[in-house]
Formats: sequence, structure tokens, C-alpha cells
Amino acid sequence: MTSQEKGWKEISPAGVCWKPSTQFLTGDWKTYKPIRDLEKCTRCLLCVLFCPDGAIHWKPEKGDIEFDYNFCKGCGICANECPTKAIEMKLE
Amino acid sequence: MRQRMPNEGDRNEAGIEVCALMKGVVKQDVLALNGDEAVAYAAKQSDVDVVAAYPITPQTIIVEKFSEYVANGEVETEFVCTESEHSALAACLAAAVTGARTFTASASAGLALMHEMLFVTSGCRAPVVMAIANRALSAPLNIHGDHSDTMVERDSGWIQIYVENAQEVYDSIIQAFRIAENQEVLLPVIVGLDGFTLSHTLENVRVFPDDVVKKFVGARQLPEVLTHEGKAVAFKLDPENPMTMGPIALPNYYFEFKRQQEEAMRNALRIIEQVHEEYVQVSGRRYGNGLVDSYCLEGAEIAIVCLGSTAGTVKTVVDELRAEGVKAGLLRIRTFRPLPVQEIIKALENVKAVAVMDRSMSFGGDGGPVFHEIRHVLYDANKHPYVGDYIYGLGGRDTNPNQIRKIYEDLQNIMQTQHVENLISNVGLRE
Repeated sequence: MTSQEKGWKEISPAGVCWKPSTQFLTGDWKTYKPIRDLEKCTRCLLCVLFCPDGAIHWKPEKGDIEFDYNFCKGCGICANECPTKAIEMKLE
Repeated sequence: MRQRMPNEGDRNEAGIEVCALMKGVVKQDVLALNGDEAVAYAAKQSDVDVVAAYPITPQTIIVEKFSEYVANGEVETEFVCTESEHSALAACLAAAVTGARTFTASASAGLALMHEMLFVTSGCRAPVVMAIANRALSAPLNIHGDHSDTMVERDSGWIQIYVENAQEVYDSIIQAFRIAENQEVLLPVIVGLDGFTLSHTLENVRVFPDDVVKKFVGARQLPEVLTHEGKAVAFKLDPENPMTMGPIALPNYYFEFKRQQEEAMRNALRIIEQVHEEYVQVSGRRYGNGLVDSYCLEGAEIAIVCLGSTAGTVKTVVDELRAEGVKAGLLRIRTFRPLPVQEIIKALENVKAVAVMDRSMSFGGDGGPVFHEIRHVLYDANKHPYVGDYIYGLGGRDTNPNQIRKIYEDLQNIMQTQHVENLISNVGLRE
């Protein structure tokens, strides 16, 4: 627990969030990290649709996808769904 | 009736005309209501927005009566019939966090099924008011009155008020909305009335005109909180000002939220007393200071501590004993959560022997829950009375004046022998 964390008198009641969920970086929960084989990946975007955390983004300007490791919890659903087996879950 | 309205010309012990002291008191009609009907009537007058409920004996008449008010167009309340008590309280919680005034009722197994949601409701600081027609828990199945159902929920973060009669339940439901919704409290409230003894027994109940209750309860006020966008907005779910309530709190924050609930309970001690005093001014009826209600404790050597309707029987016995010269008294705990520690110490520390009456068991706990707490509180008193526990009335078993008299006789023995022979006794149990 860090010194920036607030005391009970400072926080709103009932656990009301005082900062948006984008500021709670949940990516550090993961044990396994998805790594993509760029050769095998066909950019079919199935992983983007399946990711339960919305942590895989389609970047139209690059014509490619990107993992957002700040929010990826390492569940491995993307690797499981990938039709070309282009995603490997590696121990962090 | 001990708490009858005074007649013109009545004087109190100090010789002051009682009616003159009751200037602000509103004229009230007398209705013949049972405890459940009195609850429904009070809820009807309290301008409730949402009632979500699932029927269970002996609470049944409360929501039955209330649904009649809805069907007859006497209230504008949204009435939600749910498929279980768990859902009923979930619906009440959801309504309450949008800023709605919310009411429900249950008992026994129904309350037990709500168990999980009780904690969610208090944790979300949703000021739901719930009447509980206290009833035994299965097995074996029993529909009659005891305090097992609410006693197991004493740590759920709900305020608990136990009433003595139908009049008090009417008065307490009205007060409960004011207490629950107070911005320094924001906690749900259970008002417990003894199953059948109160829920189904017809009594004379003085009721206010509708507008008096509406004014007393007032509109629900909401405190300001900071949202995730850094905006200070009213504490309610509102699409215009979105906020997240009651989400996950991990080890680094959960404890802080629980401490806030504890603070709200401490504030409630003060607010319950304040709301009660304000109510006394318009009703002319007083229940001690709203937290504890003493009867003949002045100069008492022996005293019974109890909750709920049994206090009526105890008072009758106290009257008889006082007439015989026995210095007997009664302390009725009206507010059990938050526990009025200082008031209990003040009331009991000069008494020589105390009998705590428990209408539920804490199996293997060396006495009932009320006994545990009263004995714990007295540890910090300057003088320590002898304390014994009397388990009574389980599953609706009647407790009569002779049995109460026997308890006072025990206390006299304890006082004389300076020894508590039976720490825990069972009243009216066959060996």
C-alpha cells in the first residue's frame, strides 16, 4: 500500500469510483503474456472480438492489431481462438 | 395502555399540566390495526417510491395491505412482485441507489435468503427500510415469533430497532425513513416486530393525518460525491452523471469502506435520538430516548433487559413487584444496532443483578446474543452487576407473568447470595 492511497475519511461512500477504469491498470495481474507470430497472423481480427477486456486494438492506420498490455490479464482466449495458432502464451 | 394520550387537565409528577407541555402535538385518529397493518399504514403515509417484496408469514399482511393501497390508487408507489426475497432486496437496493425511497418486509427464511443482499445494501449505503415480523428459523419448521432471524443479521450493517407494540411499530417505521436517509447515516434500517404477538394482534393505534407524516419524513436528500470524472454530483445512479457504485475494492481499499460504515453506525446513535425527539414533539409519544427505554430503573436493585413485546409483560410484573416493595426495573433495548453502549452502562451500573432475556440462541456461544453484548458493555462500567441469561419464547412459546416473576426472584437470590448459580437458564423449557 502506497502513501498516495486515500484514508477512509477522504473516499466517497459505497465504493463510488473517483477515477475512470482506464486509470486502474489491471494488466499487472497476468502470468502469461500473448505473443504474436507476425508471419502466421492473417489479421482476421477474431482475437479483437473475443478479448473479454477489449485489450486488443485494431489500428487502421497501421493495418494491424496491437495488444494493450496495460489491460491484458493474460487469459489466453485470443490464443485459443486464433485460427492460425499465431498467438503463443509466454510466461512473463 | 401505559402510553395513552393525556386528558385535558392531567398533570405529571412535577405537577405541570401535561397538555400544556404537548403544544406541538398533532391531533390523531385512533384506528384498530394489527402490527402488520400499522407498518403498511406508516409506509403508505411515508411517500414510498418503490416497494419490492416476496410474501412470508407472519409479514404477509404488510405487503398484502400495501398492494391493496397500490391497487386502489391510494399511493403512487411502484410495486414489484419478485420471485424470491433475494431478488426483492436486490430490486429495493437498485431502486434506492437511484434516489428512490424504498421499503420492503420479510421474516425468518425470507430474511435468511436475503442474507447476501443485506450486506450489499448496507455496503452500497442504500437507505432501504424493512419491517421484519420476527419469526423462528427452520428446522423444524415454525412460523411463530422469536428473534433468531434478525439476531443472525446483527453484523450485516443494518440498523435494528425492536418495538414493543403496534403503536410503536407505526411510529418507528416513519422514523426509520428519516434515520436511514440522513446524510450522516445512509444505512438501511430493520424494524423488528414480534411475529403474531404484534404482527397479528389488533391494537388501538393513533395515526397522523397523511400530510403530517409526509412533512415529517420530507423529500429524500442526497449528499454530494466525486465521480470518476472528478465531478461533484448527487449520490445516486443517474444517466446524466454516471457513476459506479459498489464495485470491487481490493485489500488496499476494502477496509476503508467498512470503516465508513462503522462511522455511519456511530452517527446513527445521535440521529436516532434526534429523530425520536422530533417525533415526540408531534406525536406526544416517547420511547425512552429512542435508543433504550427504561421502566422503573430509578433506584432499582434488580432489572430485566429485553427487546420487543415481552417488555409489556415485564412492565406488568414490575408494577406488581414495586407495589410489594421490591426494587425491580426494566431496560428495553429499542435500538440494538447501533448498540447504545453508554446508555446501557448508565442505566445498569447501579443495579445489583441483571437478567438478560434472549429470544434466540447462539448455539455453543455460552448464552444468547443480547446477553453477550450486555455483559460485554458492563465490563467498562464502574460497578459490575451480576448478569444472568434467560433464553425464552423460542418458536413463539408464550412467556407469562409468573415466569417473569420467577426471573426477578432469581435476581433477588443472586443479590442476596452474591452468586450467579445458573449463568444461562431456559424459561419454560421441559426437562
